[in-house]
Amino acid sequence: MRVPFSEPRRLHTGDAMATLHTRSAARLMIAPSVLLLLAWMIVPLAMTLYFSLLRYNLLMPGMEEFAGLTNYTYFLTDPAFFQAIFNTLAIVLGVLFITVVGGTALALLLDQPMFGQGIVRILVIAPFLIMPTVAALVWKNMFMNPVNGLFAWLAKLLGLQPFDFLANAPLLSIILIVAWQWLPFATLILLTALQSLDEEQKEAAQMDGAGAVSRFIYLVLPHLSRAITVVILIQTIFLLSVFAEILVTTNGGPGTQSTNLTFLVYAQALLQFDVGGASAGGIIAVILANIVAFFLMRMIGKTLEA
Amino acid sequence: MGSITLKNVSKVFGAHAVIPSIDLDITDGEFVVFVGPSGCGKSTLLRLIAGLEDVSDGEIVIDGRNATELPPAKRGLSMVFQSYALYPHMSVRSNIAFPLKMAGEDKATIDKKVQDAARVLNLTDYLDRKPRQLSGGQRQRVAIGRAIVRQPGAFLFDEPLSNLDAALRVNMRLEISQLHQQLKTTMVYVTHDQVEAMTMADKIVVLNRGRIEQVGSPLDLYRRPDNLFVAGFIGSPRMNFISGAPAADHGAHTIGIRPEHIALSTDQGIWRGTVGVAEHLGSDTFLHVNADGIGTLTARVGGDFAVTHGDQVFLTPDPQHLHRFDEKGMAIR
Ligand SMILES: Nc1ncnc2c1ncn2[C@@H]1O[C@H](COP(=O)(O)OP(=O)(O)O)[C@@H](O)[C@H]1O
Ligand SMILES: [Mg+2]
Repeated sequence: MRVPFSEPRRLHTGDAMATLHTRSAARLMIAPSVLLLLAWMIVPLAMTLYFSLLRYNLLMPGMEEFAGLTNYTYFLTDPAFFQAIFNTLAIVLGVLFITVVGGTALALLLDQPMFGQGIVRILVIAPFLIMPTVAALVWKNMFMNPVNGLFAWLAKLLGLQPFDFLANAPLLSIILIVAWQWLPFATLILLTALQSLDEEQKEAAQMDGAGAVSRFIYLVLPHLSRAITVVILIQTIFLLSVFAEILVTTNGGPGTQSTNLTFLVYAQALLQFDVGGASAGGIIAVILANIVAFFLMRMIGKTLEA
Repeated sequence: MGSITLKNVSKVFGAHAVIPSIDLDITDGEFVVFVGPSGCGKSTLLRLIAGLEDVSDGEIVIDGRNATELPPAKRGLSMVFQSYALYPHMSVRSNIAFPLKMAGEDKATIDKKVQDAARVLNLTDYLDRKPRQLSGGQRQRVAIGRAIVRQPGAFLFDEPLSNLDAALRVNMRLEISQLHQQLKTTMVYVTHDQVEAMTMADKIVVLNRGRIEQVGSPLDLYRRPDNLFVAGFIGSPRMNFISGAPAADHGAHTIGIRPEHIALSTDQGIWRGTVGVAEHLGSDTFLHVNADGIGTLTARVGGDFAVTHGDQVFLTPDPQHLHRFDEKGMAIR
């Protein structure tokens, strides 16, 4: 009777050494790709840092000279900068709000058994598969156009004056367009989370006398909290750098009313040919993104632990 | 408070009649156990009573009131699920308080009732923990706590002990029985384990393929099974069934004799056989004997009856405890 019990212990010590061996071999094998990735990240960052300290204008090639922090002071005191920060945050928060609330609502709807469920789900996911430029152009020309757009037609049908969305509410229009694109993503993640909710828990709540609203508040919402956190995290990363939608619809305007940080850096570099200033803007954007990431991580740490 | 009557209740899933038609009376304060093999429709029947499933036909009367169309919360029943179904993000306290909160009771009353329930169930020290920080037995008790605070007309249990280890199961079995003595509330308890059924029930309902095979007290079923199915299902180890010539001698198609009703001897008896396997439990020994011309029989003997594999033994069934069945498997009395 002793043998079967003593055998695994010997195996175990052998195992530990084998594991150690495997581990160092594994480190060695992944080293090249890690180094490559590091270079991939470090080189552009270092070059951007370097350019941000130069006076470097594409209209005056060969005239680069060291400029210290001038580019930074210039960028940071530009009134367009504050507008851009505000716009960036407005886009991120606005889109997050619409997609999380709308995504939850849609997920709840799609979770109900209904006729043609498969097709409806594919339809809901479709916007996510459309390229941002195309989506923005479709919205611009087919929906929001004050003369030919669907909304203008609707307004006229109701005897109202058509509203020129992109001219009068440029930021809101962009938020709407981007939210439309990200809604499927949020819906999809929240729907899968919803489907993983234990059926017996719902039934227990039902027996405990909880109506549909109470079940949503006390059972469904806490269950979705992780998925919502994931949606917020992933979307924030992408929403901080919305660009194509702005470029093809409002071009940042009127004035700088719909310019976000990404677009401001672009305008600095390729519309004003100021590589130094744009690099400084880029570095500032990186710092801001890290600040946002820091708060996000704290929030996520809390939710994912619980 | 707590009488349940099923009249002609049936349940069909698609084309599959899980429960063809059932009539059953559960009186107030009774401990009723639904027992039967896995997949025979026990859970479905319980869920029909709970209102989590709609009946296809028939009527469910609770406390003299037709409850067939009532939603689960309005039936005055509470249920303990097999998976416990605790709310994972709520503390034990909030879990137990949840039904009271939903009923709109005030905070002081809720606190008092939760404390009382926690005391009865030995959960006072765990009130601020989350369900995942508890052991299986503690989770089970929280689930029971959540069920008792509402003071329902009846409790429904769906295989509540099947996720616990053997020792804990024996313990919880006792605790649930004690709880029933204390509360005197109707309990409907589903299990596939006939030992649980025998030890806990006032009344056992044996189900097979959605039909009731027999209803009666544990000893009733043990002593006077109506048919082969009940005879084979109740009692452990299983009753021995013998058909052919030995059965014809007794004027039956099949005869049944329980292991504990067979006398063993090494020198004389009616049937002769050789010992196959001897299972020693200490107090008792179960012998699996290959009887000549009959087949394998199980017999229970005292722990000091010394035989081993290959020994020759003689078996004599106790004629008083011989069960006779006709060719349809129904008991001949
Ligand atoms: N929602 C359902 N849809 C279809 N068939 C079901 C459903 N629930 C249970 N069944 C079927 O009903 C039968 C009885 O199930 P159940 O009551 O869970 O058995 P038990 O609890 O006795 O093991 C099984 O054959 C099962 O497949
Ligand atoms: Mg079951």
